[in-house]
Amino acid sequence: MLAYIIRRIVQSVLVMLAVALVSFALFRYVGDPIYAMVGQETSLEDRAALRDSLGLNDPFVVQFARFVGNAVQGEFGISYRLQQPVMELILSRLPATLELALISGMAAFVFGVAAGVYTALRRRGALSTAIMTVSLIGVSLPTFLIGVLLIWVFAVELQWLPSFGRGDTVTLPWGWETGFLTQSGRASLILPAITLGLYQMTLIMRLVRAEMLEVLRTDYIKFARARGLSNRAVHFGHALKNTMVPVITITGLQLGSIIAFAIITETVFQWPGVGALFINSVRVVDVPVMSAYLVLIALIFVVINLIVDLLYYAVDPRLRVERGGVRH
Amino acid sequence: MTKPLLSVRDLVVEFPTRRGTLRALDGVSFDIAPGEVLGMVGESGAGKSITGAAIIGLIEPPGRIASGEVWLGDTRIDQLSPEAMRRVRGRRIGMVFQDPLTSLNPLYTIARQLTETIRTHMDASEGEARARAIALLDRVGIPAAARRIDDYPHHFSGGMRQRVVIALALAAEPELVIADEPTTALDVSVQAQIIDVLKEICAERGASVMLITHDMGVIAETADRVAVLYAGRMAEIGPVRDVILQPRHPYTAGLMGSIPTLEHAADRLVQIPGAMPRLDAIPAGCAFNPRCTQVMDRCLRDRPALRPVAPHHASACWLVDDKGAHHG
Ligand SMILES: Nc1ncnc2c1ncn2[C@@H]1O[C@H](COP(=O)(O)OP(=O)(O)OP(=O)(O)O)[C@@H](O)[C@H]1O
Ligand code: SF4
Ligand SMILES: [Mg+2]
Repeated sequence: MLAYIIRRIVQSVLVMLAVALVSFALFRYVGDPIYAMVGQETSLEDRAALRDSLGLNDPFVVQFARFVGNAVQGEFGISYRLQQPVMELILSRLPATLELALISGMAAFVFGVAAGVYTALRRRGALSTAIMTVSLIGVSLPTFLIGVLLIWVFAVELQWLPSFGRGDTVTLPWGWETGFLTQSGRASLILPAITLGLYQMTLIMRLVRAEMLEVLRTDYIKFARARGLSNRAVHFGHALKNTMVPVITITGLQLGSIIAFAIITETVFQWPGVGALFINSVRVVDVPVMSAYLVLIALIFVVINLIVDLLYYAVDPRLRVERGGVRH
Repeated sequence: MTKPLLSVRDLVVEFPTRRGTLRALDGVSFDIAPGEVLGMVGESGAGKSITGAAIIGLIEPPGRIASGEVWLGDTRIDQLSPEAMRRVRGRRIGMVFQDPLTSLNPLYTIARQLTETIRTHMDASEGEARARAIALLDRVGIPAAARRIDDYPHHFSGGMRQRVVIALALAAEPELVIADEPTTALDVSVQAQIIDVLKEICAERGASVMLITHDMGVIAETADRVAVLYAGRMAEIGPVRDVILQPRHPYTAGLMGSIPTLEHAADRLVQIPGAMPRLDAIPAGCAFNPRCTQVMDRCLRDRPALRPVAPHHASACWLVDDKGAHHG
């Protein structure tokens, strides 16, 4: 178990180093950091001196090591556009993105699993067919279109929900600004959360349905029925748990992509999160923000991956080797 | 013969398909007496497993029992409500499937699967169920049952898992056990032990057994009577000794080889030239006529009924005349 965790952590570190390399290449070679830092009137000599003093003439390996060292300390330099430390910018916007991703991820999981199980058990029912048809729309419509449609119906026509922003927020300890505690904050969350989670929900639903149908065909389900267990015990005790083993992995990874895909939703709803920050930075080639965002997203992916693997381990006893494999 | 425990009358099982309805069983009738072991043999696809599935009411839709009756004691069970039939499964009829590696839910301990089965059918506390489960495991020959009960299926070898499966099938003390090729998936070295365990426990509880197998040796040693199935029809049924030594149906004769003795029967079924017809291409008259060496005109026209040839011995072949004499 311990060896397994250590191996997974080492793998994660390697992945992060690879991402750091890409991020560094972006930082160092896309655009000229000097150009962005100084004004038009700075002379060539001054630029060269600055280049030297910033270590931009050092060997590649040295520069990369410095970049990684800084990154580990959360040091990604100053935003060209906003003239603030990048890390400060990101941290101030991270709560908005995380709250949005958390709510839409949870909703996608709960509704996705419920709908998947339902459509698998009532394969030929009218409601199942309806759900499957609607879900096809869910996967085929682009996210921004869903967002715009929702805004049009619920914000413009019905005027039930706000169409942009986070509403009022409350600042918690460590500067975490939450929208959960106010009425307008919660209302503002609904449309973006649906927009962001719909696609993932559809994916989870289809995955759960396919897995569940697969599991329902297995011998141990037949044997469970042959033992006279109730449908409830067979479906929710035996089948669902086996269905969840692969679903956990995919769902965990989905959470990572929810955070990554938040870019589009945040743009549509003017949600003040890191995704919107990233898009605004891309427009003006604000390289430090871009490379920091890249590293951050990769870090979130890697951490989620690690947690998913450990969860997998907890659910599936076959992976727990500490008891010594097959005994006779 | 005493009043049968199980009585199957003219059972017809059909599978509607796009290209017409397939008859997997066509007029199968047989009885099993209390405490009796009935062997069931026949080539792959003959309908052995479907017979078992029909009896416990687990034919996969759209397959269905089209006509016929299944009686268990004084109860007609082929028309019970799903809930009433569920209470028969496990409680009155136990089932052992072919592959012990896939019959057990990999995510639950043996203890959980056993106590769940016991408590579904019997009024027992968790503690009582566990004590019963340990006694059962001990009885089927799991060493250190009290400790092993908390292991997962993957901790057991194939032979041990099949013992667990037998314990599960017998957990609620059924009157009839249907064992569908219980040793086919096992190592040759443990096959005999598994059959012995099954036979002994059923004998000591007075339970009847329907033993589906390809192994004539097992039939010879274990069964009281044997039924031979061909293309969904009963070809011959009778006491093991008579059927092996004096087969009254050319198909059975072919299966047993040319000079059968009880010792010789330990071999696997002999290959007969030709193949069993597919369900959508069963010839008119006797289903065996394309492969039969003694085929007559009549065999191509009329289907032979199962008729007595000797006490307790019946055959469906025109070579047997109405008085039961055999012109072979
Ligand atoms: N779901 C189904 N749909 C259509 N036909 C089926 C279905 N299940 C079984 N059959 C057909 O019913 C026939 C009998 O199958 P069954 O499984 O009972 O054979 P068997 O005698 O147990 O063979 P084996 O020795 O291979 O286990 C086969 O011809 C099979 O093709
Ligand atoms: S009925 Fe005719 S074809 Fe069929 S087994 Fe008997 S002799 Fe052969
Ligand atoms: Mg079979």
